[in-house]
Amino acid sequence: MTISQLSIFAENKPGTIYEITRTIADAGVDIRALSVADTQDFGILRLIVSDIEKARQALNEDNCVVSVTQVIGVAVPDKPGGLADVLKILKDAEINVEYVYAFITISGKNACVVLRVGDNEKAIKILNDAGVTLLSEDFIKQL
Amino acid sequence: MNYFQKDIETMPRKKIEELQLERLKSVVAYCYNNSRFYHDRLEKAGVGDGSRIKQLSDIQYIPYTTKDDFREHYPFGLRSVPMKDVVRIHASSGTTGKPTVGLYTKEDIENWSDCVARVTVAGGVTADDIIQISFGYGLFTGALGLHFGLEKVGATVIPASSGNTEKQLMMMRDFGVTGIVATPSYALYLSEAIKEGEHPLSEYKLKLGILGSEPCTPEMRSQIEQNLGIYVSDNYGMTELGGPGVSGDCPERNGMHFAEDHFLPEIINTETGEWAPQGEVGELVVTTLTRRAMPVLRYRTKDITRLIYEPCSCGRTHVRMAKTMGRTDDMLIIKGVNVFPTQIESALVGTEKIGPHYQLVVRRENFRDTLEIRVELIDAKVLESFGELERLRNSIENKLRSVLGLQTKVTLVKPKSLERFQGKAKRILDLRNVENK
Repeated sequence: MTISQLSIFAENKPGTIYEITRTIADAGVDIRALSVADTQDFGILRLIVSDIEKARQALNEDNCVVSVTQVIGVAVPDKPGGLADVLKILKDAEINVEYVYAFITISGKNACVVLRVGDNEKAIKILNDAGVTLLSEDFIKQL
Repeated sequence: MNYFQKDIETMPRKKIEELQLERLKSVVAYCYNNSRFYHDRLEKAGVGDGSRIKQLSDIQYIPYTTKDDFREHYPFGLRSVPMKDVVRIHASSGTTGKPTVGLYTKEDIENWSDCVARVTVAGGVTADDIIQISFGYGLFTGALGLHFGLEKVGATVIPASSGNTEKQLMMMRDFGVTGIVATPSYALYLSEAIKEGEHPLSEYKLKLGILGSEPCTPEMRSQIEQNLGIYVSDNYGMTELGGPGVSGDCPERNGMHFAEDHFLPEIINTETGEWAPQGEVGELVVTTLTRRAMPVLRYRTKDITRLIYEPCSCGRTHVRMAKTMGRTDDMLIIKGVNVFPTQIESALVGTEKIGPHYQLVVRRENFRDTLEIRVELIDAKVLESFGELERLRNSIENKLRSVLGLQTKVTLVKPKSLERFQGKAKRILDLRNVENK
């Protein structure tokens, strides 16, 4: 079970991230999770949104460079060590984690986290076996 | 090896130079006696009727002719024959002012056609070819110049003119067209139209293209060749010198052979106006040796190139000019390095993941020049990882460094965010004298 993530190219100039978030807002789409990787020259904005197709279409119309990647969403207990425990499972299975970022909202006793790993299939199996709650697209829509 | 006028095209160099000296003297005398404009110029420069010219290098005593001379003496001020002897008038489009006018006597048209015929034969044309001319007809020298030259070769000429791509393609199929004359961008457009149309390339008999009237990078040329399965030859000319046929490349593709019996080329240092040492890069200056209606002495073409005097294995002995590296009016000097937008363009075209449009921004920061090249990112796949995006940027910077010998800064921008130009592109933003001096 994976969820879709948007990666959007962001030029380094005033207002770029504002324009991207504005475009998504105007399309009536909610941002669930967000991360920005950047250097002085440019950045990549990564988003989990309530309606990926709508968001993608709006961004494309706005001439943004957008790609969609499958990532894993996990619910981790909102307590010290919650995330560390999940990451240990992946480390023990020698699965490389490229990046991690958190959802903006907290659902019940859980914090939700996005994981981009080297091998989705293997990670899903290991996490499932360990009893970690994985997030579905439907869940994200309803958040 | 095919030649159009073998005895002239393979004439020993010594003979060519003797012929040029004789014709230089005669054209100077002709100008002195028949053109008021040149009479005054030659008189003032102390050259007079040229009787003191003893060697080709004495050409350096003759003043240059420039684009401004054409403008100031528009339309017929450079004419050297009575109007009754002028059989045709051509003119440039005049995008940078008044059009540049070219006048021709009957003899001029004959000589011009010979020059064009040589270029097309060197490009592979024979009497068996059926050539479609998709240049716009009219005052432009390209269409009629090629038309007359190709007829001289004996090829079958279709004066299709420009526009109506569907009809162009239909004629190409129905008439069994083997060669096209077009601008590089139109040839590329035709190839895309064929790819998208119902008739595959196998229904066409195309084998060669004679492209011109706008710059074509080697990368663009090989793309056209690949798309259409043809051989493309390059040629050079301009309205001021009578049109196409001034020089053209041979199958060796290492420079374009001048028609040296009709044109005398020189290379000068643009800034000093002095002769550049042999083989060095500089501005091309050309004297017409045989034109009657409108001879031109030492025309400053503003094109940057170099002359190649080494013998060519195609057998032609006439000097070659290297592909033009740019024009003196769009050359940038950055940290003392000469940079031509065409160099940057050829490095960018063919780089995957980015679009073909670019903008150059020149700044002076802490008394040092910087060159920023803005290109549009078009491939979303590089967004998978940040490292990939950085690698793309670095690889473009490395490519540019090896071409320009200069460290530049490449900035990736959003698609369609750089300005598009309908006519002549203005891609350079030089802020050196604007920002914090």
